Formats: sequence, structure tokens, C-alpha cells
Amino acid sequence: MKIHEYQGKEILRKFGVTTPRGKPAFSVDEAVKVAEELGGKVWVVKAQIHAGGRGKGGGVKVAKSLDEVRQYAGQILGMQLVTHQTGPEGQKVRRLLIEEGADIKKEYYLAVLTDRATQKVAVMASSEGGMDIEEVAHATPEKILKEFVDPLVGITDQQTENLARGIGVPEASVEKAKAEIAKLYTCYMETDASLAEINPLILEGNGNIKALDAKFNFDSNALYRIPEIVAYRDLDEEDADEIEASKFDLAYISLDGNIGCLVNGAGLAMATMDTIKLFGAEPANFLDVGGGATTEKVTEAFKIMLKNPKVKGILVNIFGGIMRCDTIANGVVAAARETHLSVPLVVRMKGTNEDIGKQILKDSGLPIITADSMAEAATKIVAAVK
Amino acid sequence: MSILINKDTKVITQGITGKTGQFHTEKCQEYANGKECFVAGVNPKKAGEKIFDIPIYASVKEAAAETGATVSVIYVPPAGAAAAIWEAVEADLDLAICITEGIPVRDMLEVRNKMKKKVAAGGKETLLLGPNCPGLITPEEIKIGIMPGHIHRKGRIGVVSRSGTLTYEAVGQLTEIGLGQSSAVGIGGDPINGLKHIDVMKMFNDDPDTDAVIMIGEIGGPDEAEAAMWCKANMKKPIVGFIAGVTAPAGKRMGHAGALISGGADTADAKLAIMEECGFTVTRNPSEMAKLLKGLLK
Repeated sequence: MKIHEYQGKEILRKFGVTTPRGKPAFSVDEAVKVAEELGGKVWVVKAQIHAGGRGKGGGVKVAKSLDEVRQYAGQILGMQLVTHQTGPEGQKVRRLLIEEGADIKKEYYLAVLTDRATQKVAVMASSEGGMDIEEVAHATPEKILKEFVDPLVGITDQQTENLARGIGVPEASVEKAKAEIAKLYTCYMETDASLAEINPLILEGNGNIKALDAKFNFDSNALYRIPEIVAYRDLDEEDADEIEASKFDLAYISLDGNIGCLVNGAGLAMATMDTIKLFGAEPANFLDVGGGATTEKVTEAFKIMLKNPKVKGILVNIFGGIMRCDTIANGVVAAARETHLSVPLVVRMKGTNEDIGKQILKDSGLPIITADSMAEAATKIVAAVK
Repeated sequence: MSILINKDTKVITQGITGKTGQFHTEKCQEYANGKECFVAGVNPKKAGEKIFDIPIYASVKEAAAETGATVSVIYVPPAGAAAAIWEAVEADLDLAICITEGIPVRDMLEVRNKMKKKVAAGGKETLLLGPNCPGLITPEEIKIGIMPGHIHRKGRIGVVSRSGTLTYEAVGQLTEIGLGQSSAVGIGGDPINGLKHIDVMKMFNDDPDTDAVIMIGEIGGPDEAEAAMWCKANMKKPIVGFIAGVTAPAGKRMGHAGALISGGADTADAKLAIMEECGFTVTRNPSEMAKLLKGLLK
């Protein structure tokens, strides 16, 4: 689960990480009011969307007067902000963060994430802050320092020291940087985050170290025990169909192709998508109905797939294990009837009660095309939509 | 022979009284030698009772001491699952198989580091399979987990995969063309888990009754590449490899928590390339895994 930058900074402050003073604003008037409250001479008006790369897309502006705050807030609020992470249609800006300006002497990078290979918590830092870290990792990997923290021990003084000195924090600010790193680690662990990224972490003229940005991602398996984080969820930033699917315990992700697919199991679902591509078309979605599909779930899955106007055909691929093929067949027939299905449908079923399932499809009188293998199913659906 | 489990394995079921635990324990009992294999359940509140004729004990330690069981299978709900794994480890079992899906990553991080610390201090090592996995099966001997037993046949091909239904797909294809399986192992779709591809490949390599292996992976993480590098230097048996997720976009979690492309090296294409370079026969068509493997057998 992702959150906004201003929410991330609220969390950081709770854990004692130093951030600029600032507040969210939902209207132009509110933006000006927040700037007045903050005082000072320079403010930053920042678009709040879940995607990164906001600055390059024109979603971050430095204002040198309250009039400029008003002007920039008016420009940014409501705009379709396009960044490398939003796709070409962009994301509508509904919230702003108004912050005091910062006296930036140097920008660093700092992040905490879980490392699968070592099964430790990786704390990463770089002298190359403010840039796309993937580019830094590619061009100058030696400029990214990593410390692997044993979660049973916690981050050590030596580790924060290695990072702070390694990225070239000036002597006078080393202790401050070490403290910020340790606090970010604690914040990461305590909130069940899966990513906490500060880019940039800045050195100010007065020697202070501050988090100028905050990007968080949280472990969806842990949401049940972090209600204060779940409260930050912003449904405007999420795909409406994916939200609808999750209500029925369906894992759904919309993609760009025209073949809808409904599969049980995440691995088999990806394999099915890959097979569709191999035989010359593109999948319109990822959809895992999970282990306990009922007629109702299958019907909902069809409805969600069919909402996508690009869908020109549907491929159902079920490996019946615990879930029986006859149950799925009944679900598919009911769903096809209820949705008045008008696009070609290919069903491939294997496993438990396969023959009964196939008979149910046949007896339905619906124009359902059956297939024995994934490859055959993909070939047939690709041919049917051409 | 087989890897990890056989008809003589004695199994404790943690979470046996829950709905999932009950359902699958009954199916496992019905499979091959299951009646002899599933000897104990654990639930502190129901100690002394029985379920499907299986005695319930208050703790894993007690269940192991009373029955001689060396393996446990865990169906405990997510919030208590990591503690259940640790209980199996503290009881010095040989293997804990965690079926539970949805365990918080931090809990898995903590229990995995506790397990490593125990071994480093000279304690007995308990292997962990999973979490979020279908379990494993040695066909016509024993099934521990949620896979459909009837699609398997006894034979000489090993199968290892992160995904449940994709494992069944490979097994189903093998059985259909007359190739049985020595063992089929689902290692699970979570980012922090126990046995990895490399560990299972080592076991298949050492198993005199396994002639060849189908290794199936997914986008995300370094595990398949690591296994491939090891196989290049050590594996004496032919391998067919498939990676699911060529069409998966970066930054979108494909159902499994672990199936998320985060860097450049964990895409399906990158993994397929490494596997091919390491001597695997790779395919982009998952419908031909078994057929390809048959062609590799002498």
C-alpha cells in the first residue's frame, strides 16, 4: 500500500526524523493560508500523487511570495500530472503539500528495504541524492552504499557511521546524519513498511540533516495490525477496477492488451498471459480467482474483465485441484449468461472432475470454445478475436 | 528414494483444528500411506482430544516426543504462523512446511533470523518450506500439503516451483505423457522464505532416484538466477526451465508478494537468459515443459 508524501512526513515526524515544516492543502485558498501560517519568504508547492517524478512533470514549484503560492497552487491543483510512473494519461492532482523552503547545501539518498537474498533489512545511502536512483545504480553502482541489518539486533552505531561517512556527510553533521538514519530504520520496522525512501535527504547551510521527500510502501500482509497507516489510504490514487476486484478477494491488474484472462493461481495466471503473448496477442489483465472460487466470484470476475472496453475475447484457464472443474464450469456458464457475453470465450480446464466440467459447458448451449492445453487455448482465442 | 519425505515420514499438523487444517489433513490422510504418516495434531486448548483419529497435543515438542514425528505442516492463520514455525524449530524437527498465505514480511524476517542464529549457536537446523506454498509430495507414498494427489504418478522426475497451480500444470503434463515424479516441491511465493530453488536442486542432484528436473520460477528476486549458477557448476542432471511473467509490468505485484519486478535483473527475460546460459533447456511455452523434458532423457 502506498501513501502520499505529506502522510509519509507525518509518519517520519512521529519517529523523530527531521522534515521541513509543512501541511497539506486541498484548495487554493487553503494553500495560501498554510503558507501564511508557516511564515518565511520561500515556500514549496508540491503536487501530492502516488507516482514519482513529480518535479520533472511540473508538479513541484518554488514560490517566493504568497501571490506565487496562489498562482502555483491554482496551476497544479486539478492538473493531469504526467510522470514516468503515471502512464501517458497522467494522474489528477487533488491534494497539495505546502512547505517551508529549505537551504540546500547538498543532496543525499537514503532508503530502507527488505533484502530477499540475505533476509536482512538493507539500508542504502548515496552521495548522489535528488537523482533517479535506478540510474545511479546503473551508471555508478559504487556510489550506492549498503548496510545489511539483522532485525534481531537492530541497526548498529558502526553501520550508521559507515553510511554517514561513506556518503561524505561533513564532520560537523555526521552525528546528526547517523541519528536520522537510525530513526528511519526504526520507523521502517515499526510501521511494517516494505520501502522507506528519502530522496533527497539534505544537508542545510546550518548543518542540519532533513528529509525533503518521503516515499513509503507498506506490506499488504501486515495491514491488519497497522490501522493508523491504513487510514492514510487514498482510493483516488488506486485503480477502481482493482479495488472492486479486491472486495471479492480477486487479484486483478489491468493491462494494455485485448484478451481478458481468468485463472486460478498467480503463477499459472502469469504463465497464461505469457502464452497469449507467445501466440500473437496481448493480455488485457492479470486475474487470479484464488483457491476457493464460487459461481459468484467467477461472475464478478467476468464483470470486472468486461468493464474494460478493450477486451475482445476471454480465456479461462483452470487447473482444478481442490477447486473442482464442475464448480468452475457452472460459474462460467452462469457468468456468461448474466453478463450476456458477446465476445468469444475459450475455456481450458484440467484436473479434478474435468470431464463433468466439459459436459456442463457443452450442455449449456453457449458458444464456448474448449481447449486441452494452454497453448491450444491461446491459439484459439487469438484466432477468434482476429 | 525421493527428497525430504517418504512413506515412513511421521507428520505433525499445526492448526489441525481450523477449517483449512481439517480439510487438508483429511485429504492427506486419504492419500497413499497417509493414515500411517499423519500421527499428531497441535492445539493447546484441545490437547487430549482426537480429530480423524489423530491425537491432539498441547505443543509441537510434546507431539514429537510422543509420536517420533520429525516433520510438521502448518495451517495456522497469518498472525500466528511465524510463531508456529518457531515452535517447530524449537522442537528440533527436521522440516517445517508452512502452507499459510499472508504472513507479514517482518514476522518472516524475524523468524528466519532466529532460525539462522540457532544454527550458528550450534543448535539443530530445521528446514523450512514456504510459507505461502502448496507443500510437497512424494507420489504414491506421502502428500503433505494442498496439492491434488490424483494428478501425480510415481517416477523419476523432480519438480520445483514457487507457484502452486503452475506446479500442478507441470506434474499434470508429466503424468499425461507417462513420466512420473520422484518428488514435487512448491517453495512458495513469498519474498522471505525457507528452502529456495537452489536448495531443492541440490537435493534432486543428490537423489539417485531423480533423473531430471523441471524448475519453474517467477519474476522478482534473485533466487532462480542463483540456482542456475549453482547448477551450471554442479548439476549432473538435465533441467527444463520456465519463468512466468514475461508479460508482467514492472512495479505491479502479480498476486504473489514475491512476484514484483524491482530491479533490472529480476525480469522473466533476464532470468530465462541466465538459465539458458547455465545449460538449462528453457522454454517460453509452458505447455511444452514435459515434452521438452522427455526429449532430454536418454
